[in-house]
Amino acid sequence: MKAFTYERARTPAEAAAGAAGNAGAKFIAGGTNLLDLMKLEIETPTHLIDVNGLALDKIEATPDGGLRIGALVRNTDLAADTRIRRDYALLSRALLAGASGQLRNRATTAGNLLQRTRCPYFYDTDQPCNKRLPGSGCAAIGGYSRPHAIVGVSDACIAAHPSDMAVAMRALDATIETVRPDGSTRRIAIGEFYRLPGKTPHVENVLVRGELITAVTLPPPPGGTHVYTKVRDRASYAFALVAVGAIVQRDGTGRVALGGVAPQPWRVEAADAELANGAAAATRRLLADAKTTRDNAFKATLVQRALDAALAQARSAS
Amino acid sequence: MKNANDGIDAARRDVLILGRDLMIVAPATAMAAPAALAAPELPKPPVRSKVSFTVNEKAHTLELDTRTTLLDALREHLRLTGTKKGCDHGQCGACTVIVDGRRINSCLTLAVMHEGSNVTTIEGLGAPGRLHPMQAAFVRHDGYQCGYCTPGQICSAVAMLEEVRQGIPSHVSVELTAQPQLTADELRERMSGNLCRCGAYSNIAEAITEAAGSRV
Repeated sequence: MKAFTYERARTPAEAAAGAAGNAGAKFIAGGTNLLDLMKLEIETPTHLIDVNGLALDKIEATPDGGLRIGALVRNTDLAADTRIRRDYALLSRALLAGASGQLRNRATTAGNLLQRTRCPYFYDTDQPCNKRLPGSGCAAIGGYSRPHAIVGVSDACIAAHPSDMAVAMRALDATIETVRPDGSTRRIAIGEFYRLPGKTPHVENVLVRGELITAVTLPPPPGGTHVYTKVRDRASYAFALVAVGAIVQRDGTGRVALGGVAPQPWRVEAADAELANGAAAATRRLLADAKTTRDNAFKATLVQRALDAALAQARSAS
Repeated sequence: MKNANDGIDAARRDVLILGRDLMIVAPATAMAAPAALAAPELPKPPVRSKVSFTVNEKAHTLELDTRTTLLDALREHLRLTGTKKGCDHGQCGACTVIVDGRRINSCLTLAVMHEGSNVTTIEGLGAPGRLHPMQAAFVRHDGYQCGYCTPGQICSAVAMLEEVRQGIPSHVSVELTAQPQLTADELRERMSGNLCRCGAYSNIAEAITEAAGSRV
């Protein structure tokens, strides 16, 4: 690990200003992803701003009937919150499908949104990777690409976003609240938060240098039956090959977001509109522009089957 | 006995230090001829920071390289070597300790981030002659082969039972809002962050089940 200086932030605005003024600075909260990457010198911050002391660890009701989740709420606490379990079961289910008990106890809401891909070439510093070292090439394209993305990819990068939680947040139309280095705040719809890789896969979201996530808000409860179906290589503690997060109403309409198949939690409005017509119709919309490799072409079939299973589960539960 | 061990440790350390010096000397000698080469970039001196926390009910103040993980602080600075370093990347669970009542991977958190924290390691759960019920159950059920993952398994299991008691659901809980029961499926899902390369899982599961008592 490279050496770094360390400070404990006192206010969100001060943390943002401090990070903006130091090109080598990074925020650290749970640290479960950042420290992993720092040990491998994939991340090499020269200054860490510890935000754990900021009072951003509450889940509060919003005036419109939704919830505001503080950026530092731990994954375990978010999944176990009685309001989340009752009204946003999809979010509980997605969180509980990810990582291990130890990691969920430490990982935060904001950190989960910002976690980096688990593409094996991103992790292998001896290999080219446009995300880790812009311009060096992509070893996954033409290489081992079984876990990789099949939609939203580019000629520069086919890495998949690893988060389960973000899939639920996408289906729930969450909004990300931030503070910028000048002290101003803004709200970013999760559908506009992530950036597709294009020619710049190292730029993963719309945050500006130093901008700090302070909360994630959920709109009023969407009702319906919530199902999170995750397909992976072992029964627990593994990243998704394909994940389906669905909220289905009694009349069969609803919304769906996918994990494991795109550089960001994947939602297509035209697919939501087809949901009542079944998994095959919705999958055609979800994967309309799919670009598979020999290794990961199976994911296209798996998406449809996982969605079919999720819809069947929703029907039997409602 | 203790002195003999110290002697061996000191001798080993000397060998390591000698080895490192030799590695530094060799390239410097080789580079002496072409003087035009730029001097290699020297590593910056480590940045140190002070932190105070409680471990097994004993207060400690340490001044550490900021890079020191909680795991290394426990093992290398406080000599509490019961907590094990397995993968050092949060994948195996051997380093599991209980911090402020919650089990975490001590390899994926910096010691300086734990100002004021209350840490419990395997040494704090029990000791020979006064074993924690979970430790006693692991012994009774032979819940190990090589034993390397055992401290992490036991710390994880103790905190896991508390999570169940608090009503925290898991991936396999059928009802999200009901009080979870420690079924075999629940136990295995909740312990999936602790790997055992020897494959002692069946005995580990039996030990935890017994320690959980009548709630199973």
